[in-house]
Amino acid sequence: MEVNLQELNKTEFPVPAELENNIAITSLSELYNWGRRNSLWPMLFGLACCAIEMIATAASRFDFSRFGFEVMRATPRQADLMIVSGTVTKKMVVPIVRLYNQMPEPKYVMAMGACASGGGPFKEGYNVVSGMDKYLPVDVYVPGCPPTPQALLHGMIALQRKIDGQSIANGDDVPWYGVGTAEPTPVPVLGPDIIDPRQMDMIRRQAEAAATDIASIGIRELPAATQMVAARVTADAAAESETSPVSQDALSFVLPTGAAPWAEAEDIREKRKLRALARKALRATRRAAAAEEE
Amino acid sequence: MDNPGLAPEKRLDATTVEEAIAYLRLEYADVVSTDDREGYQGLIVDSKRLVQIARVIHDDLGFDYLSSATAVDYLGAGDQMEMVYHAYRTSGGGALVFKAQTDREKAEIPSLTSIWRGADFQEREAWDLMGIRFPGHPNLKRILMWEGFHGHPLRKDWREAYYEEDQKPFDNRWPGGHVHRAEEKNVFGKNVTYPPDIDLGRLMDSSETAVYQSLGLGVDVERIMDKDGFETNELVVNMGPHHPSTHGVFRMVLTVDGETVTSLEPVMGYLHRNHEKIGERNTYLHNIPFTDRLDYISSMGNNHGYVLAVEQLMSLGRKYNPPTYRCEALRVLMVELSRIVNHLWAIGFWLNDIGAFFTPVLYFVQERERILDFFEAVAGSRMMCNYMRFGGLFGDLPERLKSVSNLTNDRVRDYNTMQFLTEMINERIPRTIDDLERLLTQNEILIERSVGVGVLSREDAINYSAAGPLLRGSGVDYDIRRADPYSIYPELDFDVAVEAEGDMYARYRVRVTELRESVRILKQILPRLEATAGESIWADGKPGAYAPRVPHGEAYGRVENGKGELGYYVVSAGGRGGSSNPWRYHVRAPSFINLTPMGIMSRGYKVADIVGILGSIDIVLGETDR
Repeated sequence: MEVNLQELNKTEFPVPAELENNIAITSLSELYNWGRRNSLWPMLFGLACCAIEMIATAASRFDFSRFGFEVMRATPRQADLMIVSGTVTKKMVVPIVRLYNQMPEPKYVMAMGACASGGGPFKEGYNVVSGMDKYLPVDVYVPGCPPTPQALLHGMIALQRKIDGQSIANGDDVPWYGVGTAEPTPVPVLGPDIIDPRQMDMIRRQAEAAATDIASIGIRELPAATQMVAARVTADAAAESETSPVSQDALSFVLPTGAAPWAEAEDIREKRKLRALARKALRATRRAAAAEEE
Repeated sequence: MDNPGLAPEKRLDATTVEEAIAYLRLEYADVVSTDDREGYQGLIVDSKRLVQIARVIHDDLGFDYLSSATAVDYLGAGDQMEMVYHAYRTSGGGALVFKAQTDREKAEIPSLTSIWRGADFQEREAWDLMGIRFPGHPNLKRILMWEGFHGHPLRKDWREAYYEEDQKPFDNRWPGGHVHRAEEKNVFGKNVTYPPDIDLGRLMDSSETAVYQSLGLGVDVERIMDKDGFETNELVVNMGPHHPSTHGVFRMVLTVDGETVTSLEPVMGYLHRNHEKIGERNTYLHNIPFTDRLDYISSMGNNHGYVLAVEQLMSLGRKYNPPTYRCEALRVLMVELSRIVNHLWAIGFWLNDIGAFFTPVLYFVQERERILDFFEAVAGSRMMCNYMRFGGLFGDLPERLKSVSNLTNDRVRDYNTMQFLTEMINERIPRTIDDLERLLTQNEILIERSVGVGVLSREDAINYSAAGPLLRGSGVDYDIRRADPYSIYPELDFDVAVEAEGDMYARYRVRVTELRESVRILKQILPRLEATAGESIWADGKPGAYAPRVPHGEAYGRVENGKGELGYYVVSAGGRGGSSNPWRYHVRAPSFINLTPMGIMSRGYKVADIVGILGSIDIVLGETDR
């Protein structure tokens, strides 16, 4: 959003002649956003390789102070924007969530690079969080490994656009003016693996299921998910041929309750597949009908 | 076995490595045997008497520098755990490799920290990731993962939450045209698994002492915290992992008496992204871009160490062509440019740490950007160059430098490459170094802040396995390019930068001298590039195999990187045809091991000096935590 003073002066509101060029009229939201978008203070906080590119973006050649980002604050209490610049590990996500909770609202999170966006090249690693958005709400994702300074600048401008779109009149856009204090994001706990307090119940259920020999995944010392899928596929194939009695046993061992925890995802995928097939069939009939008309 | 050529009057610490091995075989025949597995080298020492043999190797044979100590899990191939030690002499020469084996179930190997203090962090890492206990270790706690983590992840039978298969390339991830993602298969939607007996009730310990639970060396947190009354003489100060001066997500816990540091302990692992576990799933070629992300300031140097290690292994086989001369010259060109980038960055950020906030850095970043433009035009990426290949390179220098992602007012658009390089090496970089020296070397404030601060003695530097400018700043004339040369360094004329004082200023001086020596090397590389123009970078004129089969054996490739000795220990467990994935892939990271003496270097100095001392070590967290 550019504020053009000439534009602002041309108003239908009656302005006394002596005050012309001294009064600008705009909406409160626009003024408010104009101020916010051009003074976003990032937190001085780097995680990994992307932090080096972030520094390069801050340095003389690319210089993000041109866009109002220059005041990097080392304390979260003075920062508006958290640039998650690099791989988020399980050990590091605990302090990151704490830092986020200490930032005053309005606050924004930018996932810089492939790792912060979704785990990146290190996604499969046992100590790697597959994306910052597993724990915090992310506003802008910047792809790249690492993103070039140009890409980071583009992401920052995208964030400014996002702010431009927010209206002070809309309560959903400015939740920080709501009643009471905002709930802090629950800080993860380092146990045998990282534990998200929001998933405590789920973990407990899974652990109970594991204790009563019900196959569940995500709990160690049970068949790996891939093996289970393989077992089910072979069982399905055997069931189709209807010759092997072993198949039902295998199936009941793997899936005693008849439903796997990932069944929902499988289900959705199955439905998506059916819908795609239906669309394909529909197109084919239409094409056939069109050909007939001709 | 007879004793080949060991004259009895010859001093033991002047023997060659072969003679030293022969001596050990002869004198300690009952506990020392030759490692005769195909492609392996060195000795296997009975772990019961490891300390005694190590004492002989260190004291009598003079191998005073323990470069690397790492563990290998031979599951299915002997079913034992093995610690592999690479010991060198600071006077130069090759490695004395010795190994100690132990049972997988009850893995225990005596600690060598009493002989080489540099084994400290490396043994902790082996405990953390491999589950080998080291009786005699002063503080055997997890170092990269947190206390209480389930299992020892580098063991071959340990599987991560997103486990798919043992080795890449994986099977189709799009079975039947339907893509699936790892988190869809995990019920928690995240990269987590839990043991079946997980006790959720006991986890929510958020007391203040809990954050110090993995500490041990000298920092007696509980005693200080539990003190009755209000006493402020002795305090525990926690710095990091979020701290602007720790060069990333590094954490230090120190106790201070007034303003004087009484003890300090580095805490790491906040960027542990499982480089080695992923590396063992990857194919050999896959690992090259991962090495870029170790020391992300100087990715070319990282590439170099890794390709050297794998080339060492490949040379054991029959179908291997060593790199051509032009290839070697280009490698040295890239590596030395990276060293310049690294040292400029290191000096700049060290100045940040001691108070010259960001102004000097901006001048150095300017020069760095030009070098990165060159990298981008040649390798395709500014930072993560992914440039070297086994037996060659990604590509030759382009005729002209044209970078699509450069700005319109950039000076590097459509330049003649050699002209650009010549100008950069002969004029711009020397000019930057001159500027740097003029402004800093005699600067009174800089001298006041850095002379006599963070002193590391010569003996400690060697014993703690310090490397790079940290070692040479303590008066040890040890540069791998000279001491154990590789590539075309033997024919290049340069001096090893050494300063005797061992303080922050000495390390700064070493870096400045190395900048100048790098320019000197680069000036010798230019005519070599011109002389070999038009020659292929591949021995047989065409690129090497996409998925090379690497013969059975082990290799340790090491280079002098900007931050110090970067080593790669690679084990290939292939059968007759060789293997396409490394069995063990270990990185001897200088940033990691250089932190071992951080505690003794900081003791007795002021709190304000701590960040300066850390900056003068020059760490990068991608490499520290891997």
